[in-house]
Amino acid sequence: MTGEPPPSQKTALLVLGCPQVPVQTSIALYLINRLKKAGIVPVVAGNKAANTLLVVADTDRHYLGEVMDLDRAVALISDRKRDFDLCFVFIHNDAGVSYAATMGAISKAKLYALVYGEHFEDQVKTIDFSCTTIAAKAVHNPLPLKKALDEVKPWDA
Amino acid sequence: MGCVESMNYEIVLRDATFKESRDYIKANFKECIDIQPGFKVFDVHIIGLPPIAIGLDGDFVVFPYTKPCHGTFLLRVEDKAEAARLRARKK
Repeated sequence: MTGEPPPSQKTALLVLGCPQVPVQTSIALYLINRLKKAGIVPVVAGNKAANTLLVVADTDRHYLGEVMDLDRAVALISDRKRDFDLCFVFIHNDAGVSYAATMGAISKAKLYALVYGEHFEDQVKTIDFSCTTIAAKAVHNPLPLKKALDEVKPWDA
Repeated sequence: MGCVESMNYEIVLRDATFKESRDYIKANFKECIDIQPGFKVFDVHIIGLPPIAIGLDGDFVVFPYTKPCHGTFLLRVEDKAEAARLRARKK
């Protein structure tokens, strides 16, 4: 696969959810920047809409590196063809929790659940698997989720 | 996954939560197996909270299919070979 980092470099997978909640794209770009500054190679996996929102916003790829289809990422990890050191799953609905549980089961990555949206507490309650949960009521304004992320500093882990 | 689009499937449940789809399979199918996330049914890597229930009804396979924007669908697909492969996992 092209663009894969040298084995010594840490990698992080950002699993995007449905982009209907605006903060996702903003926090993804913020997290990508923090990871890159820490020397961690970020890879984004999402559906076509979620990926396109990022690619269009960062046309010259100042932040983005590799971007792949979410189903392909699940297949590569499940088939043991690829894995990551860190995995961040963006969650604002039941499907997001399912994807996070799946990543927890198929990947050896340290798992972070980024939970946001109007009903973020309901989603947090359904997380009964091992992960670090970073949660905030954030829909249009990304700052509450940024603050929660900054408190955990996963890029320093 | 182009594979799902090319299947002759019936939607048993749509826009469900993962738990609703699991409960539906457990309540409505005498024969079911538990699998782990990432396990392949047909060409689909199944998404969900482990253990994931798959229903078997004769030659029909009933399995959850999750999409980020639409939640979980329960799909029912007739395939004798796949039903037999999954049934063999119980032995």
